[in-house]
Amino acid sequence: MKRMIAGAALAFMSLTGAAVAEDYPERPIMMMVSYGAGGATDFQARIVTMTSGNEDALGMPIAIINKPGAGGRVGWNWFATQADPDGYTLAAYNVPHFIAQSIKGGVEYSTDSFEPIANWGADPAVFVVGADSEFNSMEDVVTFAKENPGKLTVSGAGLFVGHHIAALQIDKAAGTKMAYIPTKGGGAAAMKAVIAGEVMGGINNLSDAFRAQEAGNVKILGVADLERNAFLPDVPTMMEQGLDVDNSSVNFRGVMVPKGTPPEVIEKLSATVPEMFANSRVAKKMEAGGSPMHIMTRDEVIEMWAQRQQTLNELLAGL
Amino acid sequence: MDFIYYFGDVFTPLSFMLLLGGTIGGLILGATPGLSPTMAVALLIPFTFQLEAAQGLILLGAAYTSTVAGGAVSAILLKIPGAPANIATTLDGHTMAKQGQGARALQLSFLASAVGGIFGVLLLIFLTPVLAQWALAFGPSHLFWLAILGVTVIGTLDSASVVKGLLSGCIGLWLATIGFDDIMGAQRFIFHPALGGGINIIAALIGLFAIPQVLTMFAKGRHHTGAEVIEVQRHSILEAFRELFSRTRALSIGTLTGSIIGLIPGVGGQIAGLVAYDQTKKFSSEKDKFGTGHSEGVIAAESANNAMVGPSLVPLLTLSIPGSPTAAVLLGGLLIHGIFPGSDLFDNHPDVAWTFINSMLIGQVLMCIFGLYVAGLAARVAQVPQSVMAAIVLALSVFGAYSVQGSMGDVYVMACLGIGMFFLERFGFSAAPLVLGLILGPIAEANFIQGGMIADATVGKASYFLTGGLNLLLITVVLASIAYSVWMELLHRRYTTKEEAQA
Repeated sequence: MKRMIAGAALAFMSLTGAAVAEDYPERPIMMMVSYGAGGATDFQARIVTMTSGNEDALGMPIAIINKPGAGGRVGWNWFATQADPDGYTLAAYNVPHFIAQSIKGGVEYSTDSFEPIANWGADPAVFVVGADSEFNSMEDVVTFAKENPGKLTVSGAGLFVGHHIAALQIDKAAGTKMAYIPTKGGGAAAMKAVIAGEVMGGINNLSDAFRAQEAGNVKILGVADLERNAFLPDVPTMMEQGLDVDNSSVNFRGVMVPKGTPPEVIEKLSATVPEMFANSRVAKKMEAGGSPMHIMTRDEVIEMWAQRQQTLNELLAGL
Repeated sequence: MDFIYYFGDVFTPLSFMLLLGGTIGGLILGATPGLSPTMAVALLIPFTFQLEAAQGLILLGAAYTSTVAGGAVSAILLKIPGAPANIATTLDGHTMAKQGQGARALQLSFLASAVGGIFGVLLLIFLTPVLAQWALAFGPSHLFWLAILGVTVIGTLDSASVVKGLLSGCIGLWLATIGFDDIMGAQRFIFHPALGGGINIIAALIGLFAIPQVLTMFAKGRHHTGAEVIEVQRHSILEAFRELFSRTRALSIGTLTGSIIGLIPGVGGQIAGLVAYDQTKKFSSEKDKFGTGHSEGVIAAESANNAMVGPSLVPLLTLSIPGSPTAAVLLGGLLIHGIFPGSDLFDNHPDVAWTFINSMLIGQVLMCIFGLYVAGLAARVAQVPQSVMAAIVLALSVFGAYSVQGSMGDVYVMACLGIGMFFLERFGFSAAPLVLGLILGPIAEANFIQGGMIADATVGKASYFLTGGLNLLLITVVLASIAYSVWMELLHRRYTTKEEAQA
């Protein structure tokens, strides 16, 4: 029955495509976040969509719904298979998470299942150690890891998320083998393990690590990105410290729609949504929360997705 | 004594209005099946965008404290635990309601909540720096032993027989393995897309507790409805006060257990109520009365789950690590105003920090007053004819399971578990040990694997899990708990054989 209605709606839409684009959106829009309420993705999604009801934005509010579980797989599976491609169901994406998951298999989506709209944030992975750790630079870390193969314990938020990718890249660049300890309970649990001294180091989100450093609990030794970050101008990148680690592990967050959404709707969204992200009120709230913004248009995101697909294919091939 | 200085800020007109609104709204949200405290607080976050930081947090803090207590309403009257925190409340609370003592159960639960809650917040005020160190002391090996300690409770919890209790605990442990495993990345027992994220605990709670009850009501048919109407006894608040303070053992065990367990990040309030219930039962002189509508059960469970609220915020406020899902939502509420928890919060924004903590203190009192007010009215729910009641509980169950994450998959899970539990109950199995297995399974498993990975890279599994003061202490408590159960079982057996011999 649902399929029939969807089919009829689709036929109706193709007849009146132009009219749809003109009137879109006529009712409030829903945006699915595949992580729990209160997490960084959920928190940022709520901020960047708060002005969507303005006349100069979409003119309709965006409501966030959470479908957490299995590191995001539950939500994205739902979005790829069950969401209506009518422009009223958006989702937040996390790169490299969903691309890495689709390469490792067991999920019903890939980059071909979704159409990106725009990117709002980029949260690089950073290497943290406890405030009283003997490590003071990535060089110290690599030296220890080389002398003690498999003994350097490093916490991160899970398997095949940005933190894990960064650990794999550091290992590859330095020729080391660290003991990566994935935690259940996300970045917060991984950070707690570092602060409590359960592990020797950790890879975490820049935004969370920045807060922990402000509180005097950790030292940040390196940023896994192409450039230094505005929040941490004194912390060198991995490349500056001689490790060939690019920005593949940076956690990009943005908005996407399911494949099959009418092109007029995609066009309207990809023209309006980056503008909406650029709103000064949004920028102020994001900065206050320590969340780095990085606005990218649809074309830039398509290119970024393709690049990630290639790097991750190579990196994960041997695992 | 900083907190007294900032008390005035709670009583400005707008702040107090927010506190009042948050408390009443929280009670209603908490009493709605399927709306956990975490979700209630998340729903309120957008409202705080327009408010000052301190005022926004007053709203969130009041809502948090009162949703935890509000969950007792549906647990007692409808046997639907609103959140894992309220599981233990259903055991005696609902039985009391069925005997027409719903008002008494509700009054006791709100009074016990207030006592526990105020104690917890006072701990937060006076002992935060000390407690923060304790919270960090629990690593993977300790959390593993703690979960095992919880498992030893399974056999004795609300079951006629230890073997059946252990069996239903095992079913719960198996259910807990369903889904994607975050640590190893394996897929386990995923036969349907709805199971990809594992069994949602709230949907499971509703199914396991409410559905068998609905089916039993339907099975009775409509013929005898006239005879089934329960006479609801009135109960004076003064008497409830007197009863509460004559049950000091249950109240103090509940409050202390809740405070200690609430402090540990990751374990949080989910098991505080159940562990307190079991401990109180073990120390009580009227063990046999537990499960038959005994007031000690309600007092222990409710004082524990509200005592956990204050300490559960310690890791968040001092170390900026959210120790529970609700704390993670509160962190969002702070960040949105540019306030970083940690030393920054108490040094640079003391007005926000202390106003927030004070509002939780006042919130406990307001929650208690409103709770007592509605207790008398709400208890009349028991007068609703059974056939109508069954329909209402069924509708609320479906609504609750769906609203957890807006997914029909959770409704199917709820229905399947509920129907399964209906038949299991026919054979003398009970839902509480099953749920405990479902909650503890992932904690024990994740910490064992994680601890094992750390151990393999460092000192080896044996010395990682079996040495160190805290590990040894926990292992001793585990052994003592097992020994106690075995001893009680043997003692019980000897008694029965003696009685049989006499007869």
